[in-house]
Formats: sequence, structure tokens, C-alpha cells
Amino acid sequence: MNGIHDMGGMHGFGPIPRETNEPVFHAAWERRMFAIVLAAFGARIFNVDEFRRAIERIPAADYLRSSYYERWMRALSALLQEKNIASAEEIEAALRLTASGGAAGSHEARQAARRPSAEQPASPAGAARPRAKRRIPVRFKIGERVIARNLNVEQHIRLPRYARGRRGVIRHDWGVFILPDKHAHGGDIELCHCYSVEFDGRELWGDEHPAGESVLIDLWEPYLKSATAKRGAASSSGQRRTTKRSVQNKRRVKS
Amino acid sequence: MSDHGHRDHNEPESGPALRVKAIESLLVEKGVVDAAALDAIVDHYENKVGPRIGARVVARAWVDPKFRRRLLKNAIPAIAELGIPSGPEGEYLTVVENTPEVHNLIVCTLCSCYPWPVLGLPPVWYKSFAYRSRAVSDPRGVLREFGVELDPRVEIRVWDSSAELRYMALPMRPAGTEKLSEDELAALVTRDAMIGTAVVKYPPAAVARAHAQD
Repeated sequence: MNGIHDMGGMHGFGPIPRETNEPVFHAAWERRMFAIVLAAFGARIFNVDEFRRAIERIPAADYLRSSYYERWMRALSALLQEKNIASAEEIEAALRLTASGGAAGSHEARQAARRPSAEQPASPAGAARPRAKRRIPVRFKIGERVIARNLNVEQHIRLPRYARGRRGVIRHDWGVFILPDKHAHGGDIELCHCYSVEFDGRELWGDEHPAGESVLIDLWEPYLKSATAKRGAASSSGQRRTTKRSVQNKRRVKS
Repeated sequence: MSDHGHRDHNEPESGPALRVKAIESLLVEKGVVDAAALDAIVDHYENKVGPRIGARVVARAWVDPKFRRRLLKNAIPAIAELGIPSGPEGEYLTVVENTPEVHNLIVCTLCSCYPWPVLGLPPVWYKSFAYRSRAVSDPRGVLREFGVELDPRVEIRVWDSSAELRYMALPMRPAGTEKLSEDELAALVTRDAMIGTAVVKYPPAAVARAHAQD
């Protein structure tokens, strides 16, 4: 998703706000918010990719206006509804009750909570932490030149915009992880290798950029294509097909 | 609150504090979460983990070259040697070493990924739009904002934590610390130095100021 969350390379956010002797949480409700979300991961109500996706779906203007844990709160509310844990009406009812001084455990609270969807949902979330032990064939080698694909999808994706279409080098193969794209949409599991890909600063930010800088980004295999094919990435679809075939041929020759 | 528009005068004061309380009550009622378990989670992240843990790892790496090699090669078993468990946001920890030639900087441009088991929860600045946007495109400018001026010949590597890998920088050991104990060394190591937005100083700034007044 080309969302506001994808901030790498943007200007206009001003100086970095630093605080001395910063507390872990800035308000009591932040503590509870954090703990509820962690407990929800533990209870497998949703997985981490679904949670990230829920934060990204916050309308851009609201995202910018909200504090960090306010974004968590909005994402949690959305997911509780999506997963049939609590409807919007139930949340509003609980809110009215809390505001009027009704505590958890009161008769009224129980009534409000039990209205439409009290049964526990079967969570399709899968593991909250997505790595797999399975062995999956690996496509790229350490040191291989790759191009981050120019993917502009509305769904969840962990390929930052600033790297799309850029050339980099595979530095590490971290092993097999769950692809977040599908996992963020209902928990479907697709396993693939995740690599650390190094991009030169000038490749990312242009020739005027100072030398001696690079960015290493962890990218899943489907986000990458080989850059070793003779013809460049910016070609017509016909040429791209040719390029693909020549890569396949090369691989066949090697194996 | 004006951005939320008209509010009925009977409607109570809103705000995140109230809403979170309501959500917690609802989820406790439904048996989805347990209030005592929430207390334990808060206690863990507020009192048990934090940058002092990472500082212990750094100090050990400074005094024990073999440990340093193991740490840089595979951080999880290495920190386990010090009795530091892995945990959420740190199952796949990688430690990257700062040297006179290379300076590492850690960021998460897409959200707020951070190595919780060794550094605790991230500070507000790490999660800020300003840091997330500029750390990848202007790392030297960001470092300057933190008061760190690197030699232009020093190569900068920025690690954008876009997947499940988490990173911690191993800062350089400052000169003049040869006689310090491991605990004294750990006390020098700051959180920011392990993110890469600071270098470790000796004597630490406060001590240096005190000496200047002598």
C-alpha cells in the first residue's frame, strides 16, 4: 500500500523530537494499550502483519494527527471488529459505560459486553511471529545484483517505496519467513526467503547524493528480480519477457 | 478535541484514556484478555527490559574478543550466554559493529521495529516521522542533529528494519577505558549509541563537566 506510513525519504517533518529522561510510557492508558495489543498477539486474535496493516489503513490525515499509541488504539478497534471479537456498538456501549463510571465486572458491563458476538471466534491469524523452519529453494545468492520490483499494490507490502525500481546487492539470506503481504489479509501463509539487500545512497537518492552511504533493507524474495540479465529493467513488456527467459536460460546452464 | 466536531452535551468527555479503559473492560469481560496478565506485560516492559541489557552485551563484547566474534556472527545464542532471553521483537537479532571505517544506524521507516529484548521499547524520537523519514536519506544530517559529526570518510550503513530482523549497533569502545571494569564500561553505553545516533564517550559528558569545574 502506498500509504503515509511509508515515510523513508520524505521531507517536511521538522526536527527530530528528543526528550531527556524519557519514561517508557507517557500516560497510564499507553501502558494498557500496549499490554492489550501484546496480549491479543498472544491470544492469536490477529498476527503482527494484520496489526501493521490495520495501522496503515488509518486515513493519512488521521495517521499524522494521532500519537503512536492512538494509532495502536485505532488499529486494535478495527481488528476487534473485523475478527468479530467486539462490534463497534459494543465498543461504544463500553465507552459510555466507562465514561459514566461503570466499572468492569458490573452487571451493566457484562450485559453490554455480551450483546451480539460473545462467542469466541476461530482465529485464522496463525502464529503472531512469522518465521518458518521449512527449507525452501533459494533464488538469489550472496553478492548477486538484484532490482527491487516496482510494486504498487493496495494490499499490505513491506517493500518501502524509496527502494522500488532500485538496484541493490544481496548481502545476507536470512532464511525462510512468512510473506507479510498475504499474512496481513486473513493470515494466509506463503513462505519465502528474506534477504538483506544493500542499496547505494546514490542509487536511491541520485547522483548528487554524498558518496559513502548505503541502506540495507530486508526484502522478501517476491519483492526482487535479478539484475544480471543483459537488458535493463525499464523496458517494454515484450523485452521484459525476453529478459526473463534469458535469466531462466542462464540458471539452467548453471545448474 | 475540536477536530472531532460537534459533541452532544450529554456525551461524556472522550479521549484515548477513556476508550482504552473501555476496550480493556470489554475484553476482560469477554475473557479475551486477563487484567493480571496485562499488569505483568506492563511490568516487564516498564521495569525489566531496557537499554541497560544492551549495555551489558556491549561491555562484554568490548572485554571479550571471542564473545564479540560470536555476537557478531549470531547474536541470539551469544546474548543467551549472558542469561538474556530473546522475546518479541528480538527473535532474529543481528548486532552490527561500528568501526573507524563504518558507522551503522538503525531505523524502521515503515513503523517502529526495534530490538525490544536488548533495548526495551523505543523512545518517541525513534518512532517519530522526522527520524523515520530522514534516517535513510540524510543519515549524516540526522547524526549532526544528535551532535555526532562523523569524518566524511566514514562509510554509513543504515539498516531499515523492514522485516522480522532486528538490529543493534555495537558502538566503538572509547579510548582511555582500558582500566575500567566490565560494569563501569556498561555504565558508559547509552541507548542512542546502540541505535547508532550517538558515540560512547569517556569520560561521560557529566563527568567531564564536573572535572572542568575542578
